[in-house]
Amino acid sequence: MPSPVDRRYSKEHEWLKQEGDTAYIGITDYAQDQLGDVVYVDLPEAGKAITQFEKMGEIESVKAVSELYAPASGEVLMANEELAQKPELVNSDPHEAGWLLQIKLADPSQLETLLSAADYDAFTASEAKDAAIGP
Amino acid sequence: MSRTDAPALRKTALFDLHERQGARIVPFAGWAMPVQYRGIVEEHRAVRERAGVFDVSHMGRLFVVGDGAAQLLRRAVTYDVSSLAEGRGHYTLLCNERGGIIDDPYVYRLDGTRFLFVGNAANAAGDAARLRSLADAGADAELLDRQEQTVMLAVQGPAASGFLARAIGPEIAAMEKRACTELPFMRHKLFVSRTGYTGEDGFELVAAPDAGRAIWRQLVAEGVEPCGLGARDTLRLEAALPLWGNDIDESTDPYEAGLGWVVSLDDGADFAGRDALAAIKQHGAARKLVCLRAKDRGVVRDGYDVLDDGAVVGRVTSGGYSPTLGVSIALAYVPRGLAAEGRPLAADVRGRALAMVVVKRPFVRGGTGAATPAA
Repeated sequence: MPSPVDRRYSKEHEWLKQEGDTAYIGITDYAQDQLGDVVYVDLPEAGKAITQFEKMGEIESVKAVSELYAPASGEVLMANEELAQKPELVNSDPHEAGWLLQIKLADPSQLETLLSAADYDAFTASEAKDAAIGP
Repeated sequence: MSRTDAPALRKTALFDLHERQGARIVPFAGWAMPVQYRGIVEEHRAVRERAGVFDVSHMGRLFVVGDGAAQLLRRAVTYDVSSLAEGRGHYTLLCNERGGIIDDPYVYRLDGTRFLFVGNAANAAGDAARLRSLADAGADAELLDRQEQTVMLAVQGPAASGFLARAIGPEIAAMEKRACTELPFMRHKLFVSRTGYTGEDGFELVAAPDAGRAIWRQLVAEGVEPCGLGARDTLRLEAALPLWGNDIDESTDPYEAGLGWVVSLDDGADFAGRDALAAIKQHGAARKLVCLRAKDRGVVRDGYDVLDDGAVVGRVTSGGYSPTLGVSIALAYVPRGLAAEGRPLAADVRGRALAMVVVKRPFVRGGTGAATPAA
């Protein structure tokens, strides 16, 4: 399924959806599929600053732990509290109910450094091909 | 991109069915194996609540046949398999001369002169060579390696018995735990045992490839969940069943691993590692493999340090998330003095001390099924 065109994407598999000078951040459908069953999400609290392309949290699945990287710099306004009880939302609805953070964007021009939906889908298609086993 | 430098992975006779089912395939011990189909947690729950089927054709399968088969096996493994009744199986170990664990096979006795030895995929060649050297040393027994010619399935869960009774025959439901038998199926002999690696009631089957494929397809069509190595690992960890290569290997001995119950020292048999094991038993193990349960959020994984008051006292050999308990669980070696049930410890989760407690094994006891143990 193509990624939603209403947002932008990082090569670390986060999406960012701008709403005025704030933005919602989550992980992509491709990322949740690779991670498998998510069991814990560790996110920065409201008021914390995050920096583009630097670590902002961790996500634990049954299979492995993965670091979360901020797709843009800003101040955390809100973390998705529902994920504490229902981390599986990241798997079942990664682009909507499974969002991770809402931030106040420090510099909206950073979004230019992110990928469009089409470019992100091309990027994951090539990544998936590299990971395929056998001839 | 060519990958000619990597050795070709072996595929089981069910590989195309896994691909068609949408399985995610990973390399494991030289095999291309399904790690998950719908998802590890869904598959895990299916086995705990209903039934799941696993392709475990990567496991080693050696038939040992002949008047000297019982004696040959007795010289190879720690448990007195020569005392096994016909139609029974038992977990056992293959040890080196220092008492280190080379493999942890299951040995089944079909009748007076025929045994089936099922070992780990990674050790299949080594196990075969070891048994062969004993056979060549004059034992009246023949070794038949059937890994290529057969497939092996595990059908596990409280409803496994009902599904298999319909697919194969009603005799299945009457089998006792750890029993084994051969049944006619599709013009072939089908090996069936009431054993498994999930902590649930269940069965393992060794079949000709076409028979194994037919059984797989029928079970899946009837609603048995196809399960991969991912769920196999979370299930066995909840059951606190050791994984060779993680929790036990040549650097660990049976006593510290809590497997002293499969070492028979009293029957006078001279098996590999016997003297070393007798000495270890006498001195007592300095460390113990314990079950640790997390008291807070976070997942403990293989290789993490175990802490007592901030000091490193051990290492996690298998760690993960328990879908049944909703917390992280782990197997870890710790000094004997710290191994008592209820002892608080911690795990170093990437710099954060996660509170853990030593709990009774297993973490999860399987539900229903063949609950009556053999008399």
